[in-house]
Amino acid sequence: MRPFDYVRADDPAGAVAAMAERPDAAYLAGGTNLVDHLKLGITAPDLLVDLGRLDLADIEELPDGGLRVGAMVRNSDLAADPRVRRDHPMLSRALLSGASGQLRNAATTGGNLLQRTRCVYFQDPTTPCNKRAPGSGCSALGGYTRYHAILGASDACIATHPSDMAVALAALDATVVVLGDDGEKRLPLTALHRLPGDEPERDTVLEHGDLITAVELPPPDGAARTRSTYRKIRDRASYAFALVSVAAVLELDPDAARPTILSARIALGGVAHAPWRARRAEQLLAGAPATRESFRRAAAAELERARPVAGNEFKVTMAQGAMGSVLAELAGLGEENEDSPDE
Amino acid sequence: MSDLLRASAIGTGRVRLDGPDKVRGLAPYAYEHPVEHPLHLFPLCSTIALGRVTAIDATAALALDGVVHVITHENALRLADTEDGELAILQDDRIGFRGQYLGAVLAETPEAARQAADLVEVTAEGAPHDAVFRPDHPAVREPEGGGDDIDTGDFEAAIAAAEIVVDQRYSTPLEHNNPMEPHTTIARWDGEQLTLWTSTQGVHPARQTLAPMLGIDPEQLRIISPHVGGGFGSKGLPHADMMLTALAAHAVPGRAVKHAVTRQHMFALTGYRPATSQRFRIGARADGTITAFGLEAVSSSSHTKEFPEVAIKPSRQMYAGEHRRITQRVLPLDVAVPSWMRAPGEAPGMVGLEIMMDELAEACGLDPIELRVRNEPEHDPDTGKPFNRRRLIDCLHEGATRFGWADRDPRPRARREGGWLIGTGVASATYPASRQPGSKARIRHEAGVYEVGIGAADLGTGTWTALTQVSADALEVDPDRIALRIGDTALPNATVAGSSTGLASWSAAVLAAADAFRREHGTAPADGVEAIGEAAENPAEKQFAMHSYGAQFAQVRVQEETGEIRLDRMLGVFSVGRIINPRTARSQLLGGMTMGVGMALHEKGELDPRFGHVVNHDLAEYHVPVNADIRSLEAHWLDEEDPQAGPLGARGIGEIGTVGAAAAIANAVHHATGVRARDLPVFGSDLLAR
Repeated sequence: MRPFDYVRADDPAGAVAAMAERPDAAYLAGGTNLVDHLKLGITAPDLLVDLGRLDLADIEELPDGGLRVGAMVRNSDLAADPRVRRDHPMLSRALLSGASGQLRNAATTGGNLLQRTRCVYFQDPTTPCNKRAPGSGCSALGGYTRYHAILGASDACIATHPSDMAVALAALDATVVVLGDDGEKRLPLTALHRLPGDEPERDTVLEHGDLITAVELPPPDGAARTRSTYRKIRDRASYAFALVSVAAVLELDPDAARPTILSARIALGGVAHAPWRARRAEQLLAGAPATRESFRRAAAAELERARPVAGNEFKVTMAQGAMGSVLAELAGLGEENEDSPDE
Repeated sequence: MSDLLRASAIGTGRVRLDGPDKVRGLAPYAYEHPVEHPLHLFPLCSTIALGRVTAIDATAALALDGVVHVITHENALRLADTEDGELAILQDDRIGFRGQYLGAVLAETPEAARQAADLVEVTAEGAPHDAVFRPDHPAVREPEGGGDDIDTGDFEAAIAAAEIVVDQRYSTPLEHNNPMEPHTTIARWDGEQLTLWTSTQGVHPARQTLAPMLGIDPEQLRIISPHVGGGFGSKGLPHADMMLTALAAHAVPGRAVKHAVTRQHMFALTGYRPATSQRFRIGARADGTITAFGLEAVSSSSHTKEFPEVAIKPSRQMYAGEHRRITQRVLPLDVAVPSWMRAPGEAPGMVGLEIMMDELAEACGLDPIELRVRNEPEHDPDTGKPFNRRRLIDCLHEGATRFGWADRDPRPRARREGGWLIGTGVASATYPASRQPGSKARIRHEAGVYEVGIGAADLGTGTWTALTQVSADALEVDPDRIALRIGDTALPNATVAGSSTGLASWSAAVLAAADAFRREHGTAPADGVEAIGEAAENPAEKQFAMHSYGAQFAQVRVQEETGEIRLDRMLGVFSVGRIINPRTARSQLLGGMTMGVGMALHEKGELDPRFGHVVNHDLAEYHVPVNADIRSLEAHWLDEEDPQAGPLGARGIGEIGTVGAAAAIANAVHHATGVRARDLPVFGSDLLAR
């Protein structure tokens, strides 16, 4: 813990400018993650740029029927928005399965995307961690790995991204709007988070001072409204991070004689350093019959690349089971999962 | 056998008298007690598991604005007694576990203290440590003071001759009792007089421990603790945080020093339940009658101070079996110091015993309730004494009726709804029923109000309310005329709120005081008169084996493809004597059962042996059950009074709710899935086909 300066930004450009001069500065939005880190000594910024006054707390409809979600929209408000509930119920469910009511009331859309891993070693400054202290080593390797990655990890880091919302946004093909030194840029949500490689200290592709101003949701389609969901498998029913989660949208061919898949959009949480878009499974499912066998094969193909470590081998089976179960449910094959998301 | 106290206020579900103050924030917890110009303490903790401190450089910390003092083993007060390895902190350079206190910073603000703590440079020399618990470790030995082994009859011959044998090992993990209110203390020395505002399950027991170590008379130490935000055993004995605050305050005479243990530090410094391994070797006849009863239990512990989890406790008396061999062993390691956690011994001990009974029932083709009926002992197999009102079978039958046990298909994996497998399980519960002698109460009359003073504790359990009800009936007045005072060593001595003995022990003192008061002052007393009474031993405890019993039932569902476990419903029936306050009693039993749910499905301290500490050390990563985990939870009790328990007719209820709950759930998981969970907690991931 060390003393820091504090400024309150009046507008996004001002926020970006305040950061530009201070390489050790950090943005403060909901504070649900950063404030813990300040106390625990995980990070020690010398300046906090408070975003609380920015006019970014609205959800607006876009001309194409999509939604523009301001970066300061609270998780609770986004989950409760009638348009989100109607057009993207998967997103609403993902939000409500995350954290607790109190935290969702404070956490913001932008902050949720940029929250950091809950790897116990990252959060404990008395242990080595390449993400917190580059070059110090990865304590999770050979340690407590229950919440760690099975896909896309590296020898330097096996941490997972903890967000539920980001997993749904990945499956939704959402777009992130970013304001930087050199103006506004837009990138697909799936391109925001990085795999750890040999730079695990970098969670995302954003540069210092880049400010997420909004997340844009594409116009809804019938499938997103009716055949989409988010399922989170965890060690307790609420207030626990995902062991594995699945966000999925399934589009069936209305003209086919037998139930046939037109397209599937699937993302996994709890398995990688980033929300994991299951492209390989999606490719296999496009045009395939909507049967349990198809879903099983697609899930198995996606997890073929899984490299679990000692202590999280179960996640491969669990991820396959969860994917198969969710897709079967969306195809109307299984009985409804009776577990309702948290209220 | 004594005459029962006539119930008037007793038995009514009065709402908590301290409730309104608590919800309005007016009930002072330790950290909130107003003191002038306090200093704030932040501790320095070891980051190695074994070794020695070679240097501490506090120069940079002391240079920081607002930093007043850095206390270390080099400048701390020398204690008069250093026998207790957990409490004798800052006396030398030795490091015995990771997270151990090595010193503390005192500063004008909490922020400065925390910042300065980062600036203190501690240099230490490490030694190879051992933090891995395993029952076959060569250092496994008898606990200090003996293993209290049982070896009766000819166990080996009996098991060799048995028609049915169950030979299985069960395990329970490190568990952490983390009350919502962390361990907090404000300490201030005024000359040779020390005052501690703290959070404890017993102000007098804490004083008896701390005063001699500090080299002062008990009268020089006042401990004040009117409200305690949960304890679960972790505040039963004073821990090092209390000593650290007292030592730190000694360096700044006249100034109050405040210390709240952080959640992360609680996992190393305020006690926890050690791990257990329990190997049962049980021989039975084909009809289920146990003939050979073998149990080898091993508990983890700490080299710094020994505390074994005595998992054999319930097996000593629960079931019949002529030939018995029961042993308790301990394995000290270079880890943090364990201590009491709700139902120490019984809670983990009944995990192994009651899962084993389920396995034995299956092996014999018997209903698990019937198996227990067939192994009901006629007298206590341990002491040979007659049991006092052993109503285990009544609890099992009452629970079976309420739960709907009769229509159960005993086959595993027989019930399926959608993608979910559904199963039910049962287990027994037990806890010793005893009363501690030595508590005293003082009753003073003033203008129609009776002030009842005793240094008792209310951990949120309802002492303020229930002891007021007892006092009212003891004096035969309306509860509105009782002014109870508790939680202060300035009041008469009280024994600890532990081992489910609190209310029974303190009530015995109140009853004695009320007797004395009426004898001396009559029913129309003058203002200012008072009387003191002391709780005696309960003579029945010499004559009888006194225990409470219960039955726990659970229904779980398990998602086949993902392994997810959900607890549909849980129901407990308990035989605990007279209930003083049904509202607070139900709350305590439900809370106990909920802790059993955590034991079954959630709680596990993940000790990383490379570092030697528990790495999931906060409430986001160390899971306790939340509302969403439990759909329906019911606690019932047999309508009874126990005259052998004394005039109150009540036995303790603080712990029995936890006992057996975990086994009932584990047995239900087996019934649902066919997978036998012998190592708790059972996670959904353990149930996935590999």
